[in-house]
Amino acid sequence: MTNENSGFNDVSYSPDRVMTYLEAIREGLRSAMSADEAVCVLGEDIGGDFGGAFKVTAGLAEEFGDARVRNTPLAELSFVGMATGMALMGLKPVIEMQFADFISTAFDSIVQFAATNHYRWGAPVPWVIRAPSDGGISSGPFHSQNPEAWFVHTPGLKVVAPGTPADAKGLLLAAIADPNPVIYFESKPLYRSLKGEVPEAPEPVPIGVANVIREGSDVSIITYGTQVQESLTAAAELEEEGYDVEVLDLRTVKPLDWDAVFTTVEKTGKVLVVHSANRLVGVGGEVVAEISERCFDALDAAPVRLGALDTPAPFSPPLEEAYRPSARKIADAARTLARY
Amino acid sequence: MRLTRTFDDRMIAMWKQGRGVGGTFSGRGHEAIAVGAASALHASDVIAPMHRDLGSYLVRGVTPERIFGNLLGKATGVSGGRDANLHGMGDLSLGIIGFVSHLPMSLPVTLGAAIAFQQRGEPRVALTFVGDGGTSAGGFHETLNMAAVYDAPFVLIVENNQYAYSTPLAQQMRDPEIANRASAYGLPGVAVDGNDVEAVLDVTRIAVERARNGGGPTLIEAKTMRMLGHAIHDGAEYVPDELIAEWEARDPISRYGAKLLDLGINPLRLARIDSDAYTRIETAVNAALEAPLPDPETVLEGVYAQ
Repeated sequence: MTNENSGFNDVSYSPDRVMTYLEAIREGLRSAMSADEAVCVLGEDIGGDFGGAFKVTAGLAEEFGDARVRNTPLAELSFVGMATGMALMGLKPVIEMQFADFISTAFDSIVQFAATNHYRWGAPVPWVIRAPSDGGISSGPFHSQNPEAWFVHTPGLKVVAPGTPADAKGLLLAAIADPNPVIYFESKPLYRSLKGEVPEAPEPVPIGVANVIREGSDVSIITYGTQVQESLTAAAELEEEGYDVEVLDLRTVKPLDWDAVFTTVEKTGKVLVVHSANRLVGVGGEVVAEISERCFDALDAAPVRLGALDTPAPFSPPLEEAYRPSARKIADAARTLARY
Repeated sequence: MRLTRTFDDRMIAMWKQGRGVGGTFSGRGHEAIAVGAASALHASDVIAPMHRDLGSYLVRGVTPERIFGNLLGKATGVSGGRDANLHGMGDLSLGIIGFVSHLPMSLPVTLGAAIAFQQRGEPRVALTFVGDGGTSAGGFHETLNMAAVYDAPFVLIVENNQYAYSTPLAQQMRDPEIANRASAYGLPGVAVDGNDVEAVLDVTRIAVERARNGGGPTLIEAKTMRMLGHAIHDGAEYVPDELIAEWEARDPISRYGAKLLDLGINPLRLARIDSDAYTRIETAVNAALEAPLPDPETVLEGVYAQ
């Protein structure tokens, strides 16, 4: 990691393996497609020389051909349904949802068909939807959303949300290898702003395993996705004030690594759960509920949640800043908890 | 077709006696479409039937025992008690994709199967069905458009049975000739008498072989009538009696029987087909009735593939 707030002290640092979060996703795609001809990608504007709205798939069509890097018409409902049929016949499609916001258009194909299929008649649906999510960059109500809670609420899906370049590659490889439908929420704000070291080997980061990305003893911040970096920034700020903050990067939001959650709660007794998605009925609510039910005795203070407000994602910078969590808000909440 | 009708009759009788589980759907009147279309496919092809297509499952080789078990929520049913009536009866070993209630969701999924065949250069075809009701949903348009763009080996049969639940065709669309829509996508569209099993078989076979040989998708509209309610609870009082009487005269099974007699088939042979179907279904019903219900301890199993 080149982010000095990362808390990593990586002795095997190799500068030639440092890349952006976006490049790590592309490397994961290329690696999976090279290893297995069944892996193919599809979505709007991803093919040819164009390579997608964010250029994640740039160069893949040239390398793997137009059939495996398939441009689709503007029809999310049906190209996700199509991917389900491709998956049932043995392919491993990786779908690019141009923006996570547009995933609502494909809801039936995801939650009604793909998610229920294995339970209903036993056939696996091994696809991945890459959903570029999150805001903080003045993209407005329809290019900033974090809809993961809809899918965490749906039996049969897995949901991952990497917060580092290494996890972006490793979780993508794991998602592609998984025999279930996986929704992979990638962070738009991290695409080019975050660089880190990424292993060259195609090593999956296991789904369902959280990572203590920074160790501490006073307060635990439990988070994922974009807010991992915000939390690390806040933790570094609090360190200067003398507070020792642990940051647990969930990495997977479904199935959630409850052992890791309870372990950090038992260690610090004070919990702040942070996500970019709306706080109301968000993943944080479930995390806090499970903590309250299953390790209440370990708590030294009431758990706290930070998430976006119960409004559409606003466009103008001061409104959006008021709307979503940030390192400053996380530091304030963690400080209050630490002092409790 | 005879086996399908006998199964359907037996099912309805049982549900009316209050011995069924949950709701169920009759395919009465749809037998020629379900059987004719499925008979046009090769074993290596894939089919995604819907809730009026009992005959397709039987043609593909799903045993009546497994289907009746599914209706009764038995562990021996195709979905093992996971899904209701004819839903969830997918079986990839028989080339069948199970449907969901959200019609027309089978359309894009079946297109995906066709895309997989095309991408791998396999001479296989994927075929699915939707009702007139499902043609109003966006996925119908999206799928036909994509099938055309990709020139996929895909065949869609619209079972135009005049009603979407209680809503007649005139309240669903201005142009009742659904096959006409094909031209908007640059596809061949053909309408066929859905109560004539040989006609359905012929047009489907042409479409399937065209798709297999790289000629792309076809939209087939099979005109028929839903002879009973939307589901078992529905008396369909909203359907005029004359309309039912008109279509009763075109019943696909009586009609094909009459044709066979005209062609000189021994009437005893036809009677034998009827009695064999009766015996086959009675055996299946008894086996399904005696089969175990699923163990509640297994309720969590299968949500995820391992």
